Amino acid sequence: MTAPATATNTPRKLTTSAMIASIAEEGQRTTKAPFGHALARLAEERPEIVGLSADLAKYTDMHIFREAHPDRFFQMGMAEQSMLGAAAGLAEVGLVPFASTYSVFATRRAYDFLCLDIAEPGLNVNVVGALPGLTTGYGPSHQATEDLAILRGIPGLTIVDPADSVDIEQAVPALAASPGPTYLRLLRGAVPTVLDEYGYRFELGKAAELRTGRDVLFISTGLMTTRALTAAQELAADHVDVAVLHVPTVKPLDTEAILRETAKGRLVVTLENHTVIGGLAESVASCLACAGAGVRIVPIGLPDEFLAAGALPTLHDRYGLSVAAIKARVREEL
Amino acid sequence: MTSTETTLSPGRAAAPARTDAAGGTDRTQRVSALHDAAHRIRRHALDMGEVQGQGYIGQALGVADVLAVAYKDVLNYRPDEPTWPERDRFLLSIGHYAIALYAALAEAGILDVEELSTYGSDDSRLPMSGMASYTPGMEISGGSLGHGLGVAVGMALGLRHQGSPARVYNLLSDGELDEGSTWEAALAGAHHGLDNVTAVVDVNALQADGPTAGVLRTEPVTEKWEAFGWHAIRVDGNDIDALVTAFDTLRAHRGSPSVLICDTRIGRGVPLLETREKAHFMRVEEHEWQVARDQLDQSYHSARKGTDA
Repeated sequence: MTAPATATNTPRKLTTSAMIASIAEEGQRTTKAPFGHALARLAEERPEIVGLSADLAKYTDMHIFREAHPDRFFQMGMAEQSMLGAAAGLAEVGLVPFASTYSVFATRRAYDFLCLDIAEPGLNVNVVGALPGLTTGYGPSHQATEDLAILRGIPGLTIVDPADSVDIEQAVPALAASPGPTYLRLLRGAVPTVLDEYGYRFELGKAAELRTGRDVLFISTGLMTTRALTAAQELAADHVDVAVLHVPTVKPLDTEAILRETAKGRLVVTLENHTVIGGLAESVASCLACAGAGVRIVPIGLPDEFLAAGALPTLHDRYGLSVAAIKARVREEL
Repeated sequence: MTSTETTLSPGRAAAPARTDAAGGTDRTQRVSALHDAAHRIRRHALDMGEVQGQGYIGQALGVADVLAVAYKDVLNYRPDEPTWPERDRFLLSIGHYAIALYAALAEAGILDVEELSTYGSDDSRLPMSGMASYTPGMEISGGSLGHGLGVAVGMALGLRHQGSPARVYNLLSDGELDEGSTWEAALAGAHHGLDNVTAVVDVNALQADGPTAGVLRTEPVTEKWEAFGWHAIRVDGNDIDALVTAFDTLRAHRGSPSVLICDTRIGRGVPLLETREKAHFMRVEEHEWQVARDQLDQSYHSARKGTDA
């Protein structure tokens, strides 16, 4: 994969720079390729683990697994439908495949194959989608801003949106152990390492209260959880006490935890790296409405539009995902 | 073949003639038994078709010989244990041909013949379009075209990885060659040298919108597969003797996946239906079913007379 030419830009100007932009912030502790290493480690214990890629092994951290277990890695070429079909076939004969590509291709392009070949027969195929939501400045062709909306409708599909390297490392064995199909929104490359400081354990289907607070409740998923934690810390300096409920499993949703936490009379803010249509915000809203809980929520997420190309920090700020934007929105609502 | 006598289907046990390479009586008996099986598959398909009054009857009649040879002569499976891990897989990409496969599964002993009368009815295990979760012996849910070969490639990769001798067959249609995903899977199969996978393409030259040549030209089919690195053989798909020879040849082929391209005739064996103009999804009037059955029996018996003479 080649990066778009940026040489003509002036040094001070932020640029799209690469298809794969790091989501780590300046000075943040990171772990390299947590998914690839976790999968390679798991494969040492479980001989049925196999990996597939559609010409993006290097860009989905699958190359770590490929190097560790070359005989258990299958390269399917730039053919996502074929890859998901083959993953289904591998699962049908008793193997446990992890099939990785970019989220846009796994969802938009190969949806029918994910749905009919993998989800309908309930196979243990783990689809790994890199560049979820807005994690590339490459423009709408590569920005999977609606992958949750697309996939939430598939019966029986477990959807996991991890926050950091700790989440990913713990999610990989859990997804392999879960008998049905799963979709993992992958953060790749140098991935922030944050949750180890919160005594956190990933548990499939469970939300985790990372921080308590009297004034505001953040319900967050994916990389927005690390932003929510930073925003909460900074808001504390302004005497705003913010709780953070991390929801790594978007489906099935931990409705019990959400109903319990939203009943405490705080301002409820959802945060997700996804369009506000059909993702976490609407999952929480429907959970509340269906339970008859009249709680207003403030949805922080991407707008219902095709996003611009550009530098990630610029885009995150413009579209409201940056820590500064989160804080501004909370102040507005209080 | 590595199977023991106990793993053979009834048809296989009755046709132990594979070693008789020179032909002769055993080969004649083997082919004769397959003619009988194909006839029963056609009868089952007509009986099921009558339950609904319409359906993909023409395709079922056309592909009956291919299915008879597959299920009674080629595939290794245990009728009482449809999920036996060592079984050969037969993937029906073309879910709308389910009526034909149900007939073949009954002939194979995987389904009871009595159950065929539930075809397409409420709570039946035999829905009009084939689905794996419903029917024993149905390996995949097809119907959305272009899925079968990708799954077949994955199965073949996995079986080879596990050291299994099982083979994977995928029955697709010429219309399915329109699907890009089929060719993606064909590339992958050749790239990985999967000589444990065989595609069987039913070329009946007819699609939903009309003749294949008018909808989206797929010929030259053989050359396309060869260009994709597949070992290709093209036969008359209604010639059982030719099908037996072709399957035997392909099973022995090593180093690349293989494809058997079968030219078949819609409605084969029932003149009334062979000449139907709207043949893709066929409507058959109530009074015509018995006529169709009579014509089928008649053409079968006259063919048998010709063979016996």
